[in-house]
Amino acid sequence: MSTAVATSRDLARQEEKRPGVAQSNATRFGWLLVAIAVLVMVLIASVAIGSKDIAVGTVFDALFAYNDSDDHAIIQALRVPRTLMGLVVGAALGMSGALIQALTRNPLADPGILGVNAGAAFFVVLAVGLFGITTVQGYVWFAFLGAIVTTVVVYGVGSAGRAGATPVRLTLAGVAIGAVLSGISSGITLLNPAIFDRMRQWGAGSLVAPGYETLWAVLPFIAVGLVIAMLVARPLNAVALGDDLAAALGANMGRTRTLVVIATTLLAGASTAAAGPIGFVGLMVPHVARWIVGPDQRWIFLFTLVLAPVLLLSSDIVGRLVMRPGELQVGIVTAFVGAPVLIALARRRKVSGL
Amino acid sequence: MSVLDPNNGIAFRRPIRSVRWFGERVSHRLDMRTLSVCLVLLAVAVAIALVTLASGEYQVPLPDVVRALLGQAEGRIHMVVVEWRLPRTALALILGGALGMGGAIFQSLTRNPLGSPDIIGFDAGAYTGALVVIILMGGSYYAIAGGALIGGLVTALLVYALAYSRGVQGFRLIIVGIGVSAMLTSLNTWMLLRAKLEVAMAAAIWGAGTLNGLGLDRLGPAALILAVLVPLALLMSRPMAQLELGDDAARALGVNAERTRLGLLVLGVALTATVTATAGPIGFVALAAPQLARRITGTAGVSMVPSAAMGALLLAGADYLAQRAFAPTQLPVGIVTVSLGGVYFVWLLLREARRQ
Repeated sequence: MSTAVATSRDLARQEEKRPGVAQSNATRFGWLLVAIAVLVMVLIASVAIGSKDIAVGTVFDALFAYNDSDDHAIIQALRVPRTLMGLVVGAALGMSGALIQALTRNPLADPGILGVNAGAAFFVVLAVGLFGITTVQGYVWFAFLGAIVTTVVVYGVGSAGRAGATPVRLTLAGVAIGAVLSGISSGITLLNPAIFDRMRQWGAGSLVAPGYETLWAVLPFIAVGLVIAMLVARPLNAVALGDDLAAALGANMGRTRTLVVIATTLLAGASTAAAGPIGFVGLMVPHVARWIVGPDQRWIFLFTLVLAPVLLLSSDIVGRLVMRPGELQVGIVTAFVGAPVLIALARRRKVSGL
Repeated sequence: MSVLDPNNGIAFRRPIRSVRWFGERVSHRLDMRTLSVCLVLLAVAVAIALVTLASGEYQVPLPDVVRALLGQAEGRIHMVVVEWRLPRTALALILGGALGMGGAIFQSLTRNPLGSPDIIGFDAGAYTGALVVIILMGGSYYAIAGGALIGGLVTALLVYALAYSRGVQGFRLIIVGIGVSAMLTSLNTWMLLRAKLEVAMAAAIWGAGTLNGLGLDRLGPAALILAVLVPLALLMSRPMAQLELGDDAARALGVNAERTRLGLLVLGVALTATVTATAGPIGFVALAAPQLARRITGTAGVSMVPSAAMGALLLAGADYLAQRAFAPTQLPVGIVTVSLGGVYFVWLLLREARRQ
């Protein structure tokens, strides 16, 4: 194992060891209630706010006492599906990020590390280029398949040899394979204007999908992913102590790694398939959760589950507001909403030195 | 060789020679394996460069290429080899070296194999600067280079300033860098979406990094700047290794940690900036070259010279493929570095796994 890599892991471990803002389970629970309250407000706002503003009272009428008015139709047919999509995709993105950061013990890791985005994009390029598919519904399964195939290959390369899938090998394999695929993708797109145009639209990421069709298609995969994530939270606490100590404590490292990779693939693959590559949510929210609750993965996962949809949905709302009556794709907005928070946190908290 | 050889110091079972010049006033430890790896890498890079000079629409036999380089060829061959092809191939070699060196500096500073100048937002900022010039002003080559330089440097300064509070710590630098580059990447996506298709494609080709059509007028400035930067970086290579031991240990060895880190940061950015201004943000070389070199030399940390040799080899090879793979269509070299470097990396990981 290299010095460079070992020290980077020590660094991550030092950071993870620091207690969070909330130091007892009672205060953590209090923070969680606050976070859930914020999520509920964002959900309501996401249904009420848009290119046509609708009063909150009308929103509740549309949900519980539907009549055929324009406002009610907008809410039922457009706003609610979009909001639910944001909720589900947000939770999946955040959780996949938390999982991969816990597994690789690398604060720079996001689901993209496993090649999910590159694989999905590559298959969408093939779908457009070879099969002439041009509808969003047509992309979904290609993107999902691309994400899964790529992750399996990354895991295969990363776990070859007796040492198994060590975090460093997994990370490097993901970066390498992701690079190959995105290189080929951009080679194809840069030589073909029509594909380039399609891909720049898809690449921005968006929660807009008419009706519930896409949501229902990806929901089962995300549900399974979330359940697995909750099951591996406790063994992942042992992983933070290092492979040897974790094994000594009775954690089955091989099984934990495999489960984490499966869950990450399902979550990130399904959300990328449904909404396109939306960056930053999976990278950022686990950091924020860690700052609030400290190093226990079970709490980190719970907070991530609540905070990630808050970030995604509030970004979507901002995207609807800034260019009225036009819209900005949510994938473009997430960084602008999230990054200032992340930077402020990094400046405020005293982080341990190198 | 014994582990403690009085002539060679602690060898850790690696072949080490000490060289002394000027009556022992200048001395240096040489790791023979690292040295031989560097020489082999450079030899392969030069061989690839010669093949690149020979091939094209107009084939030149290799002996004629060598003769042309030595100034012994006349007329057409001299024009094709020295005036048309040499500047671009030389650029590939020196820019690749600069990228490898810059990458080694950043991976050492962040102690993270994912560390690269992207981390402090340089490439994202440079792309933003270039996009503003290309899309809003429709600028010339020099305007684009200037825009990229300004964008990249302003971003790097911004990240450094935002991460500064009583010194810059690696972890905070990484987090702030992630945040700022994510915002700029979003901005870039938005600008590409709004631009006309042809303009967006031209911008995207610049964004992939390309050596297509670069001639002598681009080689001169780049070579001059690198001739200043590279010796400066080499002077910092020992403090860089000491800094990897941690701030406290480095201070105990007499290194001013904060000043060394700032110096390395500036040099790493400057090396990358030279490449980006010349040829656009060529990806993956800075990320892969240090790790590839480390695996081949079998050393503990990343180091500058082997990384630079590996970078030169990678970019020279990628440039040959970019020119010849789909000839007469010329690919942006950045696309090839990314794919080719990735394939090589995967192969290396698999081979490493088999040997264990």
